[in-house]
Amino acid sequence: MTKEEAKALKKASKQKIKVDFERTNAWERFKLKYLTWTFIKKVLWFLLRFLLLLGIAYVILYPFISKIFGSFMSRQDLVDVSVKLIPKYPNLDIYTAILEENKYWEAFTNTFILSLVTATIQTFICAVVGYGFAKFKFKGNSLMFGCVMLAMIVPPRTLTLAFINFFKDFKIFGLIPVGENVNLLNTYWPFLLLCIGALYFKNGLYVFMLRQFYKGVPDELEEAAYIDGSGVFKTFIRIILPLSVPMMITVFIFSFAWQWTDTFYSGLFFTNQGNYLITQIVKVPGSLADSTFVAQGLYNNCITNTCGLLIILPLILIYCFCQKYIVQGIERSGIVG
Amino acid sequence: MNSEAKIKSAKPQAKKRRRAALDSKKSRAGWAFIMPFALIFLAVYLPILFTSAQYSFHELVKVTGGYDLDFVGFDNFNYALFSDAKFTETLVTGVQTLIFQIPAIVIFSLFMAVLLNQEMPGRTLFRAIFFVPVIISTGIMETVNAADVFGGYAQGGAEAVTDPTGDNGSGSTGSQAAEIISTMDIQALFMNMKIGQGLVQYVVDIVNNIYDIVNKAGVQMLIFLAGLQGISPAIYESCTVDGATAWETFWKITFPMISPMILVNAIYTVIDAFTSDGNSVMRYISTVSTNSAIPNSTTVAQAMYWMYFLFVVLIIVVIAAICSAFVFYQRRD
Repeated sequence: MTKEEAKALKKASKQKIKVDFERTNAWERFKLKYLTWTFIKKVLWFLLRFLLLLGIAYVILYPFISKIFGSFMSRQDLVDVSVKLIPKYPNLDIYTAILEENKYWEAFTNTFILSLVTATIQTFICAVVGYGFAKFKFKGNSLMFGCVMLAMIVPPRTLTLAFINFFKDFKIFGLIPVGENVNLLNTYWPFLLLCIGALYFKNGLYVFMLRQFYKGVPDELEEAAYIDGSGVFKTFIRIILPLSVPMMITVFIFSFAWQWTDTFYSGLFFTNQGNYLITQIVKVPGSLADSTFVAQGLYNNCITNTCGLLIILPLILIYCFCQKYIVQGIERSGIVG
Repeated sequence: MNSEAKIKSAKPQAKKRRRAALDSKKSRAGWAFIMPFALIFLAVYLPILFTSAQYSFHELVKVTGGYDLDFVGFDNFNYALFSDAKFTETLVTGVQTLIFQIPAIVIFSLFMAVLLNQEMPGRTLFRAIFFVPVIISTGIMETVNAADVFGGYAQGGAEAVTDPTGDNGSGSTGSQAAEIISTMDIQALFMNMKIGQGLVQYVVDIVNNIYDIVNKAGVQMLIFLAGLQGISPAIYESCTVDGATAWETFWKITFPMISPMILVNAIYTVIDAFTSDGNSVMRYISTVSTNSAIPNSTTVAQAMYWMYFLFVVLIIVVIAAICSAFVFYQRRD
C-alpha cells in the first residue's frame, strides 16, 4: 500500500464515521452513550464511594468542628438552650486567657525547639540506619534489624523506672562512669541519646519505612557513582539522600508531630518546671474558673478543647504544607514486602 | 612462555582477592551505617532493658539515701498471677478486645486504601483528611479527646453533662454513631435474621467505634496505599483485556499482591495497639504501680509489664505464622 492510498483510506473512514454520527439523531446518541448498564453502574459506584468517603471524612472532622465552635462560646451561650453548635454571643475570652495565663508562647517556643531538634536527628539517623540495612549484606544484618524491631515492640512504659534510674546516674553500658554523679535528667541528653540511636518513639517504623524505600532504589545508581570514583558515604549524601526527600519529609512530619504531643518521654525526662512544654497548657486559667457558674463543667470542657486546638494548630499548618509529600513519598517508595 | 602462564594463573587469584576485599569493604561500610544504632543500643538501651528485667525479680528496700534491690526470685510474678485479683482477668479481656479489633483495623484500612487509590475528583483532599488523625490523635490529644463531653452537647446539652461517655477514648462521636444504629433498628433487623448474634454484635461494635478505628488506621492506610502504588498497571490492563470484572481483579490480583503488606500491617497494628497507653491492660498496670496498698507495687508492676510483653511477642509470632502461610511474594530472590 502506498502512502497516498493509506491517506485516502483514512480520510474515507473518517468521512464514514462523520456521516454515521450525523445520521443518528440526538436521542439515539444519548441513549447509546448514557443509558447503558455500564454507565449507570459507573455513576452508582461513583455516588456510593463519594458518600462513603464524605461520611467518614465527617466522622474525622466532626470533633474539630465542634471544638472550633466551642472555643468561641461565651458563658451566655452555655446557658442558652437555643444554642446547639453555633454560638450566638461569640467572644475570644478563652483564647486570650490561654495565651496569657497559660503562657502559650513560652510553651510553644520550648516545644518547637525540642521537636525540631529531635525530629531532625531522627529523620537523618533513621535514613542512615535504614540505608545500611537495605543496601549492605553483612554478618548480623538481620540480627541487628531484629534488635530494631525489638526496641519498637517493648512498650516504653515498661522501662519507666529503668529509664529514670539510668539517666539519673549515667554510666556507659550502665557500668563505666563518665564522671561523678552525672545526672542527665532535665537536660536534652536523654532525648538526644535515644534519637541518635534510632531508639526513640516508633523509630522502628521509620527505619522500616526508609529501609523499604532504599531497597526499591536500583543498585545500578550506586554502582555508577562508585565507578566514577565516589565513595560510599559521598554517594549516600550526594545521590541517595536527595532521592529520598519525600520519604524523609514523611518521617519528619511523623516524628515532629509525635514529639509535639508526646507526654510520656517529656514527662519522664523533664521532671522539674524549667522546661515548660506545650502539653502542659491543658488546664483551666484562673480568670475563667468560677465555681458559682451553673454550666462551669461544660465551660471547662470548652477550655480544654480550645487548649487542644491551640496545641494542634501548628501541626495542622505544617501538615497543610507538607501533606502532598506524604502521599508522594509513599507513592514513589513502592514499599513491597 | 613462562611469564604468560604466570599471568594466566595469577589473574583469577587477584580477581578473587579483589572480590573478597570489596565484600569486606561493603560489609564494613554497612556496619558504619548502622553504627549509631548499634552503639547506642549496646551502651544505653540494652542496660536499660536489662535493669528493667532485673527489677521484676527484686524488691525495692528503702535504705538511707535511696533504694536497695533485694532478690526475691519469682515472687513478683507469683503475686501478679495468683494473688492479684484483677490482673489475669484484665489481661485476658484486654487481649481479647484488642485481638478482635485487629482484623477490623486491617480490613478497614485496606478498604479505604483501595478507595483512595482510585481516580476521582477531590482525591487529594480526601487523602489529606484521612491522614489527619495520624498526626494529631496521639499523646496529649488522647487525653483531651477522652475528656471531651462537649461533642455531645451539639446533640443535646443536658444529656452530655450528666452522661459523660468519653471513658474509653472513643469520645462522643461513638455515641452518636450508636444513636444512628439504634434509631434505625438495624441491629434488631439483623438479630431477627438469625445470622449469628456474635457476628452482628461484632459489626455493631465496630460501627460504634468507627472514630476509634479511623484514628488507629492511619499509618496502615499509608502502608497499604504504598503497596497498591507498587502494583504494575500493566497487570490490571491485561486483566481488563481478558475480560475480568473488578471483583475478580481485586481477589486475583490486588489481594495476593498486597498480601505482604497485610502481614506488615497486622504486626504493626498489634504493636501499636498493645504498646499504646490507652489500652486497658497498660492502664491497669500503671494503676498497680502507684497503688500503695500492694507490697512492692513498683516491682510487681514491672513483672506484670514483662509478662504482658512476652504475651504480646507470642501473639505477634502466632499472627506472623498464620499470615505468612497466605502471603504471596512476586519476586523470589
